[in-house]
Amino acid sequence: MSPARSAWFPVVLALALAVALTFLTLPVVAIFVDSSPRQLIDSLGERGALDALWLSARTTAIALAIILVVGTPAAYLLATRSFRGKALVVTLIELPLVLPPAVAGIALLAAVGPEGILGGAIDAAGIQLSLATAGVVVALTFVASPFYVRQAMAAFASVDRTLLDASRTLGVSEARGLLRVMIPSAMPGLAAGTALAVGRSLGEFGATLMFAGSFQGITQTVPLAIYDRFATDFDSALALSAVLVAVSGAILLAVKLVQGSEALGGVAR
Amino acid sequence: MTRAHLAPRGAALTATAALVLAGCGGDDGDDGGGPKPRLVVSAAASMTEPLTACSRDYLGATVRLSFAGSDELAAQIEQGVKPDVYAAANTKLPDRLHEEGKLGRPVEFATNTLVLAVPKDSPIASVDDLTKSGTKIAVGSESVPIGSYTRETLARLPPGEETAILANVRSNEPDVKGIVGKLTQGAADAGFVYVTDVNATDGELKAIALPSRLEPKVTYAAGVVSGAEQPAEARTYVDGLVHGPCADALESAGFGPAP
Repeated sequence: MSPARSAWFPVVLALALAVALTFLTLPVVAIFVDSSPRQLIDSLGERGALDALWLSARTTAIALAIILVVGTPAAYLLATRSFRGKALVVTLIELPLVLPPAVAGIALLAAVGPEGILGGAIDAAGIQLSLATAGVVVALTFVASPFYVRQAMAAFASVDRTLLDASRTLGVSEARGLLRVMIPSAMPGLAAGTALAVGRSLGEFGATLMFAGSFQGITQTVPLAIYDRFATDFDSALALSAVLVAVSGAILLAVKLVQGSEALGGVAR
Repeated sequence: MTRAHLAPRGAALTATAALVLAGCGGDDGDDGGGPKPRLVVSAAASMTEPLTACSRDYLGATVRLSFAGSDELAAQIEQGVKPDVYAAANTKLPDRLHEEGKLGRPVEFATNTLVLAVPKDSPIASVDDLTKSGTKIAVGSESVPIGSYTRETLARLPPGEETAILANVRSNEPDVKGIVGKLTQGAADAGFVYVTDVNATDGELKAIALPSRLEPKVTYAAGVVSGAEQPAEARTYVDGLVHGPCADALESAGFGPAP
């Protein structure tokens, strides 16, 4: 390759990065430029904003617990065994990743809504999902879990199998092997998956609104509160948006700092 | 409610809005390159069916409709988004935009009726039944016209009854479609919507008329957005909401004539 020919390509790459970076960060920067720190703090002191933040934190924490407890063994199974139809199973699990939020909302209503196929059974069990906090948790779990399961699968698959085999020959059960060997070895990937699931869960909007509704302190999470304020109280909407940006950014950054470049690779995979 | 903060602030935000608009116009090439100008109409969600029907074969322009809560559409215009026509489910929002110089003089073009909507086999027969604890009610959020009409209506009830009903509200929806959806899906037992929304469900919901002493005056108004790309066509469209195919479509959907 002649020097003359190779000179332009790095410029194109740099230009592409500059365009991408500007486009992706300008709206985020605008959130902070458009509001003063004073306004931010005042708006966040408002009762409804606090309720929304607290509700988002609670529902995300519960959804995450469910995702970790169910998703980790499921991802382990998919990463360590092959069986007929595995590709189909993985595709089905990943499907919510690419579903538009409105489709997720409709799908949840059709499945577990009051008129849905399981609606009668859920009602008979005395559980109320729609217009209730439990419904928010269901919506968050539905949209966020594929982010974790996918990442966890990749993380488990990349663990050196001789580690697990060695522990097996030492008479360690598979369950203990998962807890003592696989999970610690896969930790960077699992942490990255957790961060993505938390980020997606905090940002969930459409499915929550359609399935769970919007009510302060019960179902109105931060994104719904932002939408509710957009028309009447733009400052407050900006303040809540700023909090979401800061929290999501902090989660992503923390994972990258703690795990180093390994997690970076994990996110990109 | 705070209104004063709505003026667009910050060049960055206006730039973002401009980007959004540019993005919307990006598929011009798909329109077949016909000579018809393209008219962008932002309209209240409650007019979805009639305006979609009358705008499909609209003469003189290819009409792009954008339906949402009137308040959100107004906020978009205040943030620098420029459709050609803004049609709202009240007169307050168009009047406000007009005062701010962002909308031409608003024209009142239709009226609607607030009703109590319930699933067709519901035992609920009147507003009084809504006080029963455990009744799940969906209403419009305070900022959207349907929500303020609903609160205006409930405020005319004896204070105890109003409190009991508000205590049963389980969702504050951003537009009428959200309320109707919660009712047709069985998530909510009752909701306050316009009679036209109930008509549009083809019998899935039934409308319970409100006593006339409770009924709010629901007047729709529209105007040409200042700086619209197609001001002449926009004017024609707004006039057509009073007389013409769109006025007829609104009437057959159950809207009342302009007051």
